Amino acid sequence: MSILHTVNKSPFQKNDLESCLAHVNSNDAVLLIEDGVYGAISGTRFSVLTSSSDADIYCLKADLDARGIDPDKLTDGVKLIDYDGFVDLVAQNDAVNSWL
Amino acid sequence: MFAHQKSQANRDVGEKNTVKFAIIVNEGPYTHQASDTAYQFARATLAKGHEIVRVFFYHDGVNNGTKLAVPPQDDRHIPNNWAQLGKDNNLDLVLCIAAAQRRGILDEKEAKRQGKETDNVIDGFRISGLGQLIEAGIQADRTITFGD
Repeated sequence: MSILHTVNKSPFQKNDLESCLAHVNSNDAVLLIEDGVYGAISGTRFSVLTSSSDADIYCLKADLDARGIDPDKLTDGVKLIDYDGFVDLVAQNDAVNSWL
Repeated sequence: MFAHQKSQANRDVGEKNTVKFAIIVNEGPYTHQASDTAYQFARATLAKGHEIVRVFFYHDGVNNGTKLAVPPQDDRHIPNNWAQLGKDNNLDLVLCIAAAQRRGILDEKEAKRQGKETDNVIDGFRISGLGQLIEAGIQADRTITFGD
């Protein structure tokens, strides 16, 4: 059983990302979308959490671009995907949990 | 494809490459970003040849189905975009009836019944009950929620 977790809130505003990362299993995937992409920026107190997570961490490029964040600023290991990749992630995992 | 691709998930969706999706939209248009994300996701899903068994609009999400929205001409028209996507792909776009009535989203029949002077549901959307959400969840391989 693998779950795709989507996080759409900035970790600087809500603790959804922290809660999510505390609950994921190693075969899960986490996708940062909307304001959630702020959690993918390196050098913050959240980059330690994302880089040390057992789960694969993804970030939606369209939402990163919309916020003017340079992809070079991403935490190491965070993978950039587009909407096609988003659809693939949903299809490849058994279920989706949206952290709303 | 992704390195972490799951064997279990692949078994579930079987040999077929087509996956059935149910999409839930819990947020109104022009609020934060959920209806935009859901719309882009729906488009990408269809572009990849997958199937969307239903899009269920719940809570403030029912406001995506109003035909009275008049956004500035240089802005995206979210309700019309949904209606057009639905028309082009024969999608079942369902507005939750309890959420719709509370928010003044009425189809022709209901507007008449309530003695209102107009209805405001766009062609292509329909109003129905929560059973449609449950059914979509059963019929779909994957259910995904967009909201605030």
